[in-house]
Amino acid sequence: MAVLRWLRRHLVVLAGLGTLGYLILPNLVVLVFSFNKPNGRFNYAWQRFSADAWADPCGVADLCGSLGLSLRIALWATAGATVLGTMIAFALARYRFRARPAVNTLIFLPMAMPEVVMAASLATLFLNMGIRFGFWTILIAHIMFCLSFVVTAVKARVMSMDPRLEQAAQDLYASPAQTFLRVTLPIAAPGIAAGALLSFALSFDDFIITNFNAGSTVTFPMFVWGSAQRGTPVQINVIGTAMFLIAVLCVLGGQLLSGRRKRS
Amino acid sequence: MTTATEAPPPASADAPGGRARGTRKRLVPYWLLLPGILWLVVFFAAPLVYQASTSVQTGSLEEGFKVTWHFAAYWDALGAYWPQFLRSVGYAATATVLCLVLGYPLAYLIAFKAGRWRNVVMILVIAPFFTSFLIRTLAWKTILADGGPVVGVLNSLHVLDVTSWLGLTEGQRVLATPLAVVCGLTYNFLPFMVLPLYTSLERIDPRLHEAAGDLYARPVTTFRRVTFPLSMPGVVAGTLLTFIPAAGDYINAELLGSTDQKMIGNVIQSQFLRVLDYPTAAALSFILMAAILAMVTLYIRKSGTEDLV
Repeated sequence: MAVLRWLRRHLVVLAGLGTLGYLILPNLVVLVFSFNKPNGRFNYAWQRFSADAWADPCGVADLCGSLGLSLRIALWATAGATVLGTMIAFALARYRFRARPAVNTLIFLPMAMPEVVMAASLATLFLNMGIRFGFWTILIAHIMFCLSFVVTAVKARVMSMDPRLEQAAQDLYASPAQTFLRVTLPIAAPGIAAGALLSFALSFDDFIITNFNAGSTVTFPMFVWGSAQRGTPVQINVIGTAMFLIAVLCVLGGQLLSGRRKRS
Repeated sequence: MTTATEAPPPASADAPGGRARGTRKRLVPYWLLLPGILWLVVFFAAPLVYQASTSVQTGSLEEGFKVTWHFAAYWDALGAYWPQFLRSVGYAATATVLCLVLGYPLAYLIAFKAGRWRNVVMILVIAPFFTSFLIRTLAWKTILADGGPVVGVLNSLHVLDVTSWLGLTEGQRVLATPLAVVCGLTYNFLPFMVLPLYTSLERIDPRLHEAAGDLYARPVTTFRRVTFPLSMPGVVAGTLLTFIPAAGDYINAELLGSTDQKMIGNVIQSQFLRVLDYPTAAALSFILMAAILAMVTLYIRKSGTEDLV
């Protein structure tokens, strides 16, 4: 009876933890199987323990090359989308103008569109204009679909900003440039950072749009996709696990830093 | 960005005349918008229009394609691929409902029950994003493998007998069945449900719960009458963010399903990249886009949260 009552009281917590387990389970599998030594070409069944792949993460042809390409594309796409998106966000948050509803719709639509539709239509355009697929077409596509997310993140931050802060700066004889650099930008920074981070994650991990617009160029997700057909090297799991650990460490480090700053 | 955002005209007295300054000031938002909007118009909006024209073209790769207002592409596409369309909507809707059922307790846990563990749980929800989703989807191949522990447990509990009877699985296996595809879709889009749910739950004043309790509402009643209605914006945003990408997805069907679980995304992908039948691919993606936009508009109207956009 007591057990039942305890179960009933903690039902929500238990269900939530169950969902959390469902979310984490594949990452644990990826971690465990990065120490596997598979018999065939596919790393799906456990054979025996081995740290070979960790000792030689670039031991598979083209793997680290594709990883480098993905990082490069993600960095450039993040830079492009963050600059263009922040400008749009400031225009939307700060100014009243006639084209506002149209602009809002144009920003919302890419987020409400299945990726495969955007991917196929952009590729059709490139094909018909005779543009060669490769680094540039991937970059163009990534900036396109990251833009809206940056705008949404930055706009929310700028809209919630107290306009009196800027007025105060002006009252204290700050020039518009000074006001922008010393007051507006620092306050908007967390929104810009969130948008940039999201862009990086979206671009780095994008498969569908890249697959249509890459031609024979191979990014990291495309390498993984190809390996699902040809045979999955253990090194994929090593890189997946390393990315997971680096991300967790970065987030934890950021939390510690901001916590210390708050205390001091 | 620097040139344009620093552009707000100087309020100094030596500005050349009031009217010129006014015009320049009015143009500031347009200068800010120009590059980004141009990018979206050229690489997002124009391709969609262009694709609409491709869908009514006829021809072949050798002879070239011409616009012939050949609407038959639509009828042929619908006639040949309606099972994949229905399947996409069915799988995506099932995955969305599962995401809501599974995601709500987790969002609730983070918002109200986690206490000082809140940040840790939050990190655990977001961190999987940083491992490529393809690698994580491939991991489900291991988890659901034939003869693996998960299939073994489901088998001994006779769950697979029930799901086979319902047509969700086949015999003693989970991989290459609808269950595996829906499981993968649910997994992949679950964070997109949890995060907006959490955002809207976190805004709820906990004193409202206390007030409901003081008024003798049982926990279930409090949830039904207070918490859930207040979390509606999160529910709407979460279901949209889950359903839309799930309906167009082809990765889960490709990696976890068999030829019997192909979704419309798989068809568009193979028509475009393998068969090189661009008009059919264009017609299919145009139908998908129109169907999803119609469903989303209807849904937003019905749920009365038009300020979402």
